[in-house]
Formats: sequence, structure tokens, C-alpha cells
Amino acid sequence: MIDKSKWIGGFFQSLSALACLIIVTMVAIILGNIVIHGAGHISIPFLTRAPEAGMTSGGIFPAIFGTVALVILMTIVVIPLGVATAIYMHEYAPKRSKVVHLVRLAIQNLAGVPAIVFGLFGLGFFIEFVGRGIDRTLYGGRLVYGQPAIIWAALTMALLTLPTVVVATEEALRAIPQSYREVAFSLGATRWQMIRRVVLPQAVGGILTGGILAISRGSGEVAPVMFTGAAYFLPELPTRLNNQFMELGYHVYVMTTQSPDVEATKPILYATVMVLLALTFMLNFTAIMIRAQIRKRLRHGR
Amino acid sequence: MAANLAVEGVKPEQELTAAISVSNLKVRIRTQEILKGIDLDARRGEILSIIGPAGAGKTTFLRCLNRMAELDSDLEISGSVCLYGQPIYGNAMPAAILRRQVGTVFSVPIALPMSVGENLAFGLRLADSNSSGFSERIEAALRAAYLWEEIKDRLNEPARNLSGGQQQRLCLARTLALKPQVLLLDEPCSGLDPISTGKIEEALQELKKDLAILLVTNNVKQAARASDRTAFFLFGELIELAQTEELFTTPRDERTSNYISGRFG
Repeated sequence: MIDKSKWIGGFFQSLSALACLIIVTMVAIILGNIVIHGAGHISIPFLTRAPEAGMTSGGIFPAIFGTVALVILMTIVVIPLGVATAIYMHEYAPKRSKVVHLVRLAIQNLAGVPAIVFGLFGLGFFIEFVGRGIDRTLYGGRLVYGQPAIIWAALTMALLTLPTVVVATEEALRAIPQSYREVAFSLGATRWQMIRRVVLPQAVGGILTGGILAISRGSGEVAPVMFTGAAYFLPELPTRLNNQFMELGYHVYVMTTQSPDVEATKPILYATVMVLLALTFMLNFTAIMIRAQIRKRLRHGR
Repeated sequence: MAANLAVEGVKPEQELTAAISVSNLKVRIRTQEILKGIDLDARRGEILSIIGPAGAGKTTFLRCLNRMAELDSDLEISGSVCLYGQPIYGNAMPAAILRRQVGTVFSVPIALPMSVGENLAFGLRLADSNSSGFSERIEAALRAAYLWEEIKDRLNEPARNLSGGQQQRLCLARTLALKPQVLLLDEPCSGLDPISTGKIEEALQELKKDLAILLVTNNVKQAARASDRTAFFLFGELIELAQTEELFTTPRDERTSNYISGRFG
């Protein structure tokens, strides 16, 4: 009997170890493949110049710039919106509120919507409805905002990453003991003072974790931006909110499917994917550093 | 009540004005009545302790006096509570203003996750962003809570570094820094050792000179030794309210004598 349960225990231990090994191997193969084929092509000109000769030579700088700009714009929109939503649901709304129930349902559904649907929604809502509306009322019908642009792509991406930020913030709020809130109230805090001085300082780590997850997700998605702002090829950098832009993920897609010379594009493709991965990693790393800094400052008192 | 005053007969009249007067206070949650119409006065210059078995409504009663009860939206509160004649429910007095004047110490010491000094200044900063004069008020509050000598050099430490007994006195000092008119204590010594308990009781005897103190306690002996009057609550009703000595020696109600002699509860 003991022998048998020992045997079963050992079996499941090796099984779970094997599962881990498979995952590590897969990641190693993917990364290895990309680095082996792509590292050789990465150079200063590749990182600082625009694509040339139908994307068979030149660099990818506009795409790097566009991706960073997109992610920053998205973060500026999604963090305040997501945090405010979570704070309303957790701190302001009455218990068993129908509204909160509905919002939570909506957010759960939002998290399950395929990325391409967000892209189509962005095209239909932001560009056709909001953008055209702005053009009609402010520019007398001239085409200014009613076309694909970095602002619409960023807003679409913000919508896609909104559930991540809301859920992470709610988790952080839930982790704060109710007794802290009671003490703040008992010392004469209004609800906003209680949130501002007790809840937010405690929740900031969790909120930023949500932001980091949103950045990871947003910097790698192609589908939401392909109809809403990403351009096939654009030697200039976007300087206004209604400019189109190049995006790394979309650039990879374009090079894979539209290249006139597949063999010539291949090394560029590998190198671009490597840059995309490195950029995502760096954006993540920056956000993690900011979070560590803020946590440290809070721990040592304001 | 007048008879009780006459019996005691040592305190000047103005020290015994009703700081808190409660009339016909009822609280219900859905169909269950937690408080069934309480009438009670608490006066400056005395410690009024509230005893009774679990579920008697003692804590709910305290939470009605500083409007903490209304944070739970399931509770229906009716009746009237006045602070020096001013009704505390209604628009005349915002809850945040009231809670500065009716301070609370909870049964578990809850130090906010910040330094000792920031804990003490927390309530003061809410009311006034100009921090001049804070340190004097904080020192006075710490002295009143019998804590100054122990922690005067530790104000920059995280509050959680203090011992349980020190944290509870910190909570008391934090409330006192706001110079409240009434102090509500909900089993403030339930988790404390006898020495810390003694220090808190000593502090309360000094504090009652300027304050009305309501002390909810599960420890009948504490009520007997620390309070001037004692109220006995049972199933949401005020069974008996009398001078402490009288209530413990010659209770008028049989249920009171059963409870204080430990026959139930």
C-alpha cells in the first residue's frame, strides 16, 4: 500500500517536472531561433534608419518609435480610466449594486473579446463615428481625425488592456484590510481623504503591476492597430495625434506576407522580431523599476 | 437620574451635563432588531461602561454614536442622538466633523501602515494642512495616553514595531490628538496584558475630567473597577443603568444579577 502511494507520488512529481521542462524548452527554442537568425543583422543603421527598397534593406526606426509612442499614449489613457473604474466599484458603489454588477460583467466580457474585434470596433467607433464627428463639427468636413491615426490606435489598445488594469487594481484594493478604512473614517476622514491617504498608497504596487501587464499585452498586439492607425510604410515619424505610424508587430506581419523578395526580407524579419521582444522586455523592465522606486519611497514615508 | 446625582453628590453640576444623549435609538438589519429603543445619557466627567453578553448590541450602540454604523448600508437606524444638544444625524453635522469630536478606540489596535508620528498626525492633517502646533498636540496626547516616555524617541519608526499594548495606547493618543469631546472605547483592553490594561485604565481616570467616556467591555471586573456608572445591555435592550457600585452590589433586575455573577453570558 505504501509502495503504491509512493509510486503514484513519484509519478506525479516527474509529470509536473516534465511539464515545466517542456515549457522551458519551448521558450528556449523560440528565443534561440530568433537570436541565432536575427542577432547578426542588428546594427546601428538598422535601429536608426527607415526601411528601404521595398523592405528588403534599411532599418526599422519608424516602427520602434511608433510602438513606443503607441504604448505610452495607451498607458496614459488606460491607467487613470482603469484605476478610477476599480476605485468606484470597490470604494464608492453601494454593496450589491446593480451598476457594479453590470460593469463587472462588461469588463469580464471585454477580456474575452478577440483582438481583431477591437480593431474593427476602433475603426467603426473611433474613426468613423468620433473622428468623423470631430471633423464635421470642428473642421467643416475636412479629413483631419476621421482617418486612421495613432490616437485612435492608442484608444483601441487602451480598451483592450482595460480589463487587465481594472482587475489588478481591484485585487490590490481588496488586499487592504477593511480596518484601515474604518480607522481613517473614525479619525474624521471623508471618503476621498480615506482613499487618497490610506487606500491609494497601499494599492499603488498592485496598480502598477496592472500597468505593467497592460504594457506587455499592448506592445505585442497587432490586430487592434492594423485598421486604426498602423501604416504599411511611412518614412516619417508621427508628430501629431492624428498622424499614422509604423508599429513593430504590424511591420513583422507586413514583411511576412507582402514582401516582394522573401529570402532578402528574412534576416530583417528575424532582427525585427528580436527588437520587438527586446523592446517589450525593456518597457516592462522600466515599469518594474518605477514600481520599485515608488514602493521604496512609500515605505520610507512621504 | 436625578436621584443618582443626589446620591453621588460630590461633583459640581456643570461637569455632569449630558455630552451624549440618546433617545429611542433603534437599529435593525433586515428583519432582525439589533437595538430595540435605547435611552441613555453620557456625561462629561464620568466613565460609563456598557456590559452585556455577546450579541447584546453594545458595539452597534457605540457605532451609532459616531455614525460609523451607517457605513454598513444594511443597517436601518432610527431615533435621536445628540452631542451637547445638537442632533448628529441629519445634514447639520457632516459625519467627518462629528467623528473628530466623538473619538473611537477599537478592540484590536489598528496602527495605520506608516510611522508612529504619521499615525499620530493623521487625523490632524485631515483637518488642517498647516502642520504648525502639531508636535505640541501630539506630545500632549501621548502623555495623556501614558506613552510619551516610552516612544518619544521612536516617532520615526514604523508603528507596527511597537508592542500590542503600546499600539493600543498609540491608537488612544491618535484619537486624543484631535481633542474629542466624547471618547468611545470598544473593548480596548481585550487583547492586552494586565500591565497595559492598567496603564489604559489609569489614563482614562485622568481623561474623564474633560471628556465623556463610554467603555464597552466584556470584562465585568473592569467595569466594576474603572467606571462611574454601568449600563447592562441584553438582546438589544438596556436592562439596567445605575451607579457602578449600586449595580454590582444591589442590582434591581434579576437578569443583571445573573449576568454579573456569571450565571449566563
